This record gives sequence, C-alpha cells and structure tokens, in this order.
Amino acid sequence: MKYLSEYRDPALARSLVDRILATASRPRVIMEVCGGQTHTIVRQGLQELLRDAVDMIHGPGCPVCVTPLEQIDRALFLASRSDVIFTSFGDMLRVPGSELDLLQVRAGGGEVRVVYSPLDALEIARANPDREVVFFAVGFETTAPANAMAVWRARELGVTNFSVLVSHVTVPPAIEAILDAPDNRVEAFLAAGHVCTVMGWKEYEPLVERYSVPIVVTGFEPVDILEGIYMAVQQLEDGRSEVENQYVRSVRRAGNEPAQELVAKVFRLVDRAWRGIGEIPASGLGLRPEFEAYDAEKKFELSGIRTSEPSECMAGDVLRGRIKPFECPAFGETCTPERPLGAPMVSSEGACAAYYNYARFQGEPAGETA
Amino acid sequence: MSRPLDADSAPPEPAMNRVAQAGLTCPVPAGEADRVQLGHGSGGKLSAALLRERFLPRFGNDVLELLGDAAVIPAPGADLAVSTDSFVVNPLEFPGGNIGHLAVHGTVNDLAMMGAEPQYLAAGFILEEGLSFEVLDRVLDAMSEAAREAGVLVVTGDTKVVERGKADGMFINTTGIGRLDPEFRPDPTRASTGDAVIVSGPIGSHGVAIMAAREDLGFEAELSSDTACLAPLVSALREACGPGVRCLRDPTRGGMASALNEIAASSAVGIRLEEDALPIPGPVRAACEMLGLDPLYVANEGILVAIVSKDRAEEAVQALRSHPVGRSAARIGTVTGERPGLVLLRTGLGASRVVDMLPGDQLPRIC
Repeated sequence: MKYLSEYRDPALARSLVDRILATASRPRVIMEVCGGQTHTIVRQGLQELLRDAVDMIHGPGCPVCVTPLEQIDRALFLASRSDVIFTSFGDMLRVPGSELDLLQVRAGGGEVRVVYSPLDALEIARANPDREVVFFAVGFETTAPANAMAVWRARELGVTNFSVLVSHVTVPPAIEAILDAPDNRVEAFLAAGHVCTVMGWKEYEPLVERYSVPIVVTGFEPVDILEGIYMAVQQLEDGRSEVENQYVRSVRRAGNEPAQELVAKVFRLVDRAWRGIGEIPASGLGLRPEFEAYDAEKKFELSGIRTSEPSECMAGDVLRGRIKPFECPAFGETCTPERPLGAPMVSSEGACAAYYNYARFQGEPAGETA
Repeated sequence: MSRPLDADSAPPEPAMNRVAQAGLTCPVPAGEADRVQLGHGSGGKLSAALLRERFLPRFGNDVLELLGDAAVIPAPGADLAVSTDSFVVNPLEFPGGNIGHLAVHGTVNDLAMMGAEPQYLAAGFILEEGLSFEVLDRVLDAMSEAAREAGVLVVTGDTKVVERGKADGMFINTTGIGRLDPEFRPDPTRASTGDAVIVSGPIGSHGVAIMAAREDLGFEAELSSDTACLAPLVSALREACGPGVRCLRDPTRGGMASALNEIAASSAVGIRLEEDALPIPGPVRAACEMLGLDPLYVANEGILVAIVSKDRAEEAVQALRSHPVGRSAARIGTVTGERPGLVLLRTGLGASRVVDMLPGDQLPRIC
C-alpha cells in the first residue's frame, strides 16, 4: 500500500485545507455520493478541518444505507429457510429489517455466510449441490461487474442452485433526484471514483449542463477528497459547472468498457426503491429476462413480501441533505447504533452513525482540540 | 485483606457502579432477539450487556463486581489472583502459534495484568471425535512449552470428548492462579489526567493472521500471530516504574479500542490517541484496508497497554523495549480530563474522531 502514502500526506492535506478556506467566499454545500468517501471524511475528521467553509452532506452512496427495507425483509426470509445458504458482504448482516437482522436470523439457525466476492458464493453453490445458495447483490455500479460475472459464470458452468437477490442502484438518477427536490441545498457533488472507474463520467455531462452543478470525480484518500472539494469550490467561486476528474490515476472518461459490456449483458435498467427516499425511475439494475433462472425473487416467489418504511425514520431527508441527522426527533433517542431505526445509523459510514459519534465529541465544551 | 491503594479510604465501589454513575454505559437493549448471537462473544457492547443483564444479577458479589482481568481473593501472606478463560479458535493452528499457546498465554496474561505473578494453571479440554493425535500432540507441546516459559505449573485438568460436529476440533479452558504483590496493584480505575498511554508492541497482528488463515486470503506469509507471555514485560515495568504503573490491559478480543474504552469508563477519564504514533505493521494495515476492518478493533494476544504516570513514561517505554516481546513499545497517547469516558484519536491530519466500542463483531465493509 506504499503507493498510497502521498495521498495521505498531512502537509499536502493541510495546504489543501488552507486553500479551500481561503477560496470559499461563503459556506458551500457539497455532497459526496460514495460511502467510501464518507468513511474517509468521518475517520479523518475532515469536516472539523473544513470548519464552516464547506458543509459536507453525506449522500445516498452507502449501499448498506439505501437498500430498501423490503429487500432486507426478503433477504431475512430467504436466510431463514432451511434449504438456503444465504451469502452476503459483511456489513449487510447488521442492517435491521422490520423485525430482525441477518445476525439474529443466523443465531436462530439460518445459514448466513460472509463472502468477499460473489464468485465465492458461486463456489459455495458448487460445493453444496443439495442446497440453494443465494447471494445478496447490493451496491452501485462498482459491485455490478463482479455480480454480473458470477451470474454469467453460473450459467456457463450449468450451476442451477445459485441465485442472486438483486438490489443494485446507480448513481446518476440519485443525483438527479436530489437536484430535482424543491428544497435542495446541494451546490456541488463529489462523484464516486470507483463507480467512475467502471462507468467513466460521460453520463454526468448531461447533468452538469442541465442543472449547472459542478461534479468532480474524486478518489478516496484524504488528499483526494480535499482536492476534489477544492476543485468543486473553485468551480463554484468561478461560476463554472463542469465535470472534472480529480481521480486521474484510476478513471478515464469512457470507463472500463469490457466491464460495462458484461453488466449490460446480464443486467438491465429497472425502477428501484431506495431506502428512505422511495422509488426512483430507472435508477437500478435488475437481471435480464434471459437470466431469470438466477433471480432469487422469481425462484422463491418473493413478491408477496411487501414492507413499508417506518414513518418515524427520516433517513430520506437525511440522505437528501434536507436535514442534519440530529434534527430528526428519533436521533439518539429511539434510534442509536445499537438499535437503529434506519440504515444510516447502521453502517459506520452511514450519515446518522457518523453524526452520532461526532456529536458526542462536539457536545462537550471545547477543549484543546477545538 | 490488603488494599494498599485505598488503605485510608472507604472500600472502592464496584466498578460497574462507578461506570453507571458517570453515565457512560450505553444500555444496549436485549433486542428483539431472544437468543445468543455471535456478537455476544465479541468483547464489545453486546458482550458487556450479556454480562450486565444475565450474569452479574445472578452471581453478583464484591469480588466479581470489580470485573478485573482476574478476581482478587484474600489469602494469608499475599492475596491471590484467579482468572479463567476459554479458547475457541478456528483454525486450531495458525502462523505464529496454535490454540495451546493461546490457552496458556491468555490466562497467564490476565493474571499479569493484575500485577500478579502467575503460578498454577488448571486446564479443561473438550475434544471432538476424530481430532488427530498429531494435532493434539502439537497443541499439548505448545502448552507445555508456553507454561515452562511462563513459569507456571499445570496442576490439574480434565478431558471430555464430544461427538463429531459438536466442537471445532477442540476447545480449551484454563484457569490460572497467581500471587499478588501488595506494592504493585495496577487497576483499570486508576488512570488520571496527564498519564501516558503506552503499548508494548505492534497492533492487530493476531486477529488479522487468524482471519487471513481462515479466509485463505493469499497473503498469510506476511502475517503471524503475536501470541506471547506478557509476564516478563510486567516485571520489567514493575521494576522500572513501581506504582507509577496505573493500569494494565491486554487488548485481546475487541482490540485496543475496547480495552481503552473500558479504562476510560472505569477511571472516568478521557483518552487521546495519536494516530501517527500507533505501531501498526504494514501487512496488518494492508490486510485491514483490503478487508474493510479497523486495526484498533482487531484482537491481540501478545501486547499490553499500560497507563503510566507522566514522570515515569520514558522509563516505561525503555523497560518494555529491553525485552524482545516489547521491542517496538511506543507511547501512543495521553489520559485527559476532557470528555470522561471517551477515547478520541487525533488523526494524522490533526482532526479528531471518537474511537467507540463496537456494538458487536466487526463486519467487513462493502466499499
């Protein structure tokens, strides 16, 4: 990991902070769309360094946070079936469904396994031909190619006991939904570097034109993020709105075309519900009809499981930047990381969980750190 | 019963009461679940809730409620420290050691963290039908070697065999007894403002080595468990700093974050860590980044964290470094009077964040 050290250089980071503070003529509102960026911002305390010059809003870019309750409940149903081995990325396991989470289902006898790749889930299916193996295919465009590959390989290998519960979402429609909201405060976006490594940035160009909003494709290290913020602030101060690429070491305009082709062969655009936000047209990926045999929703007839979001949770307003997490009446009261009402309180990079910790630290009279 | 630290004052309140009064415990709800989850064994908030809600109300007594690494039992001559620990690790053998090393080191280290000199061990074995004698012999050899190095005698034991599938090869429980030194009684309630936070070695090696071996991640070669007996380090600290050593913890499950949070809560102090000072080996850092884990929450089996009075901090670091197990000892932070109960980390960029206890097991992140 040595090649990353320059992107964590404290002196470089501080000089970028100074330039941001000197450039912003008034507080700017910038949203980072990716959970990985939120993670860095929270872990490195970047908001504290930016003071009032920039208000970072943690957008709907954490797949854990935006997977709708209904899909979680479907996952829980599948995981509790005795004929199913349910496989998932680790941090989906604690996401609360209507009543339980996957960890509790596992304690109750369901077989739930953490995998690091959907191809591992496919291997589990091949090793357990008498069981149904389901992989929880969540995430943005970043995880879509590997998930497409798993389905493609399953068909190639003639594996019939493997299926995926798909809850894929895509970034551009989410940005559009945020910008379309009448009370939108977001002035500029940091687009997610990993997503753009796959997809490129062509699809952001119409958004920039239509909404006059700066979008900066940004990486994940502290220096990346501060540089992305600096580029966005400069655009705002200059009155420009362009797609700029901070993450040049990884992203090309056209993206990774073979990966895009594979995704397009396996998936198609579908309407998709986002937890806390609701349905956004053509905002997700679903399996193409020719891969229906690998669709867990069809295989296990899950359409009967219908769940609506708890009315007390204001996750949608938080994810759209309308309110700060602490402005939600449930925040820290009926909703805590130990007993989350909504997904942003679950993941450590969820906006609410991040504020829960940060606010506890800020809540006391300032000492030497302030 | 000798309590030299509190000789002139009323007996200390049970630690749990102090914690509760400071308003620092987070009342984890029993949850909707009506049964044990893996997270209850993680050493995080769920473990604490399990103890508080189900065990302490039934067994509560003055000795137990101190909740130290070991219990302190009055005895003629010198008080005794007693500690018990069970070992369930998969795989049984891993780079750097096996379950036998852990079974001795884990219990001996818990005694050492009380300032006790470990003397005797009792060992219980639950063996699974089908376990090969080859593996069993290697585990017993490791235990015997570790016991000899630690200067403890295994004086009693028990073996049981269960059907295939009912245990992960083998489980081991060890109980240790050690003699306490009335002049040297480190205690998690004794941290005070200005004290130095010192770690005796690299953070995160054990947990990451186990995970890499379990998941077959392909970079095991660079990672090995740090399992080691910490008693010699404690002796070195005692000689160099005496009562200047306020608290000792071995940050096993739950990692550094949980150990320091417990000290912060028990002593009602704040703790500030310096990210740049944390000794995290490159391979551990790389594996954690790949897996989406935080090294501060990863288990260790061969390091201790010491809270030492400010004027003894330098001697403490030197004393630790004089021993091979402590050669990369470093000062990593300071005890503060601010925000009692919170552990804060000053990041490399100069900002701060809270290092909280985890609700349950650490889960790998997607992105």
